[in-house]
Amino acid sequence: MRKPFAITLDPGSSLANHTGSWRTLRPEYLDRLPPCNNACPAGENIQAWLFHAESGDYEAAWRSLAQDNPMPAVMGRVCYHPCEGACNRAHLDSSVGINSVEHFLGDEALKRGWKFDPPAPPTGRKVLVVGAGPSGLSAAYHLARLGHAVEIHEAGPMAGGMMRFGIPKYRLPREVLDGEVQRILDLGVVLKVNAKVDDVMATMKAGGFDAVFLAVGAHIAKRAYIPANEAAKIMDAVQVLRGMEGESKPLLGRRVVVYGGGNTAIDVARTARRLGAEEAMIVYRRTREKMPAHDFEVQDALEEGVLIKWLSTIKEAGEGAITVEKMALDEKGVPQPTGEFEKLEADSVVLALGQDVDLSLLDRVPGMRIEGGVVEVGPNMMTSQPGIFAGGDMVPAERTVTVAIGHGKKAARHIDAWLRGEAHDPGPKHELATFDKLNTWYYSDASKTVRPMLDLQKRVTSFDEVVMALDETTALFEARRCLSCGNCFECDNCYGVCPDNAVVKLGPGNRFRFNYDYCKGCGVCAAECPCGAIRMVPEQI
Amino acid sequence: MSFQPVKFYQTGTFTVGNRLLPDNERSVQSTVRRTNSLNSGHRACQGCGEALGARYAIDAAMEVTNGQLIAANATGCLEVFSTPYPETSWQIPWVHSLFGNTAAVATGIAAALRVKGRSETRVVAQGGDGGTTDIGFGCLSGMFERNDDVLYICYDNGGYMNTGVQRSSATPPAARTATTAAVGPTPGNPFGQGKDLPAIAMAHNIPYVATATVSELRDLEAKVRRAMEFRGARYLHILVPCPLGWGHDSSLTIRMARLAHESGIFPVFEAENGEVTGVSKIRRQVPVEEYLKPQKRYAHLFAPRPREDVIRRIQEAADRNIRRYRLLEEA
Repeated sequence: MRKPFAITLDPGSSLANHTGSWRTLRPEYLDRLPPCNNACPAGENIQAWLFHAESGDYEAAWRSLAQDNPMPAVMGRVCYHPCEGACNRAHLDSSVGINSVEHFLGDEALKRGWKFDPPAPPTGRKVLVVGAGPSGLSAAYHLARLGHAVEIHEAGPMAGGMMRFGIPKYRLPREVLDGEVQRILDLGVVLKVNAKVDDVMATMKAGGFDAVFLAVGAHIAKRAYIPANEAAKIMDAVQVLRGMEGESKPLLGRRVVVYGGGNTAIDVARTARRLGAEEAMIVYRRTREKMPAHDFEVQDALEEGVLIKWLSTIKEAGEGAITVEKMALDEKGVPQPTGEFEKLEADSVVLALGQDVDLSLLDRVPGMRIEGGVVEVGPNMMTSQPGIFAGGDMVPAERTVTVAIGHGKKAARHIDAWLRGEAHDPGPKHELATFDKLNTWYYSDASKTVRPMLDLQKRVTSFDEVVMALDETTALFEARRCLSCGNCFECDNCYGVCPDNAVVKLGPGNRFRFNYDYCKGCGVCAAECPCGAIRMVPEQI
Repeated sequence: MSFQPVKFYQTGTFTVGNRLLPDNERSVQSTVRRTNSLNSGHRACQGCGEALGARYAIDAAMEVTNGQLIAANATGCLEVFSTPYPETSWQIPWVHSLFGNTAAVATGIAAALRVKGRSETRVVAQGGDGGTTDIGFGCLSGMFERNDDVLYICYDNGGYMNTGVQRSSATPPAARTATTAAVGPTPGNPFGQGKDLPAIAMAHNIPYVATATVSELRDLEAKVRRAMEFRGARYLHILVPCPLGWGHDSSLTIRMARLAHESGIFPVFEAENGEVTGVSKIRRQVPVEEYLKPQKRYAHLFAPRPREDVIRRIQEAADRNIRRYRLLEEA
């Protein structure tokens, strides 16, 4: 009771005043789905691995990447990076060079000899993978990591599928491919080459397999009927590109015409240039805008002196020459013949008109649903026959390496669940971190770093890799251009801008927590969060 | 400028913290060791810019002085919401006397410390724009003129907010307050009145004068640090948006301060011995409308009929600031 003169109350702290009761809106931390992740056919968590790369921890970045995709060095070269097309940074200056950082991480892993994390304990289950292309290798990797015994049966003499027999060396050096394949085999995956599966049921039975993943690819070239005399030299793209892997290279002559407008046509034309063709010309029936090949590949080809004849079809092939007919697009955009003909010199014609799948191994499987030359699969990648899963080019989908790798991962997860008699549930997707969710004021201005290219003279005279990797400094810079859309990157903004000290910092890697005793719900944290990782929700009053 | 921005570490020094920066380059506010001088539980409105500005400034001062700091506080929002007797949010030695005598109280504390030979203990005085530009102006000018060893911090929210948003001599032209109604041919606060206190402080030729906003934390902290390198009278003028008096959403406090800077309405600079030594450049210039529109105190400029003439005058004033302080030129 004894107090100093004129003092009647004990001093106290304002902490007794729980201002949280004023709140009508409550801030909540959340993870939104970054658009890059959303666009990745292989289901990579790009934002997450860039987060590690930003701090210079490339091994952690690579390990995070490899959880979804075992072939980053291949990806960094051949993926068409739809992630970059979706990147929010494109609204600011230009998209983050995700593909080039992946390229760098993949090379770094090969250079440093990083190995995958050891697999889970053996489950005792045995899975057959048919085809050692991207899809099969991806499935084998994921299945092996889950503890299953995996055996790959490959019809060809080496692993890689279309990565080896379809993609030219100047885009994917073989030592890179071999390195990444070997790393998968090091997990204990058994690879049998020159082992074509003719009857999948018989092979499964003979080997005692519990499930199978089919990924045989599409290796049969589509033909078009072209009247030709006997002296005309007509080949197909699969033949040419496969031939490049053998001892004797295909003989294409001095003037090569490639028929088709896809990425394969571009690959063949660029290969022909490198084999010494003075003239490599692509004949395509529609326009550049309508061409299925990616524009940057078309650009690279044009730089290398590849000629492209738009709006033309081949009518006839003779000795040393072909006849093309000019086409015109009708109002629906469909090319129509015009009756105007032109003669072009050509020592050989290479057809690059797409590929079909050899489905003969399924002939004896009852009830297999096949539609348009490809196998129907459910959302779990399983065919109509229980235990038989399929992916890659042999199922209905876009035919790219990345899609194939994505199929492999997805199928592996479903096979794993199916073997346990369960259904794999990937859980609901987070809401998308769209550009309007970001406060881009906070990001430094920084324009994109582009990968150096081999000089043009070397490009047309050798099979050396055209697109070179970023070095450490430039890769780090590029990684740090990431906006980390929808995922906290611990910038401390919420912790700093709260007028009520109602944000608790939990330390590196642990993010933050709201102290709802004092949070008044003003919303400054959400407004000033650069990456949109805080939302305001109405309070239950 | 005292503050050199980091060029590129994802968010550089724009954000409060940055995990990619070395510890010694991080802000005081990003660390868990910050004093939280103004603690939770205070009674400021939601999104109060003044509460934020005060914590930024005093935490920075506590860091540079190793916790050897005494603050004198004028009457005003900051005093009322932080210290309803006998409770307080302050976690530093803190004295409140009257509305108008803060500078004099601080002078007295500084004198006492000098007599006691406690040169390591530093003194700050702080108040709102009312207590600084109006009521405490005489004491403040005296403190400047005598060059007393005090850092005076003014948190400028442009009015007497806790008594119901009355006009002060820091209320900007055309703003509606309870005493400058939005009626008549020149609605809101008249043009051509008020005081430019940073300029007045500079005219006293004191060692250090600076302005800052709550949207540029790193700049603000650097200015407090720089101010503490001087002995004598120093003045720091911080723009602190007020959701209540300005009539903007409570979540927009920092955005309003940023737009005040980016439009040129509030020039951010520092001056030593009466000479401007550095300015914070505009990064992405915006027209003044962008700053005015979200604030209900300017609603009469947009409806029922747009007052382009008035907006033009405000834009002209911003443009004058841009020219005068060279806010747009390359550093």
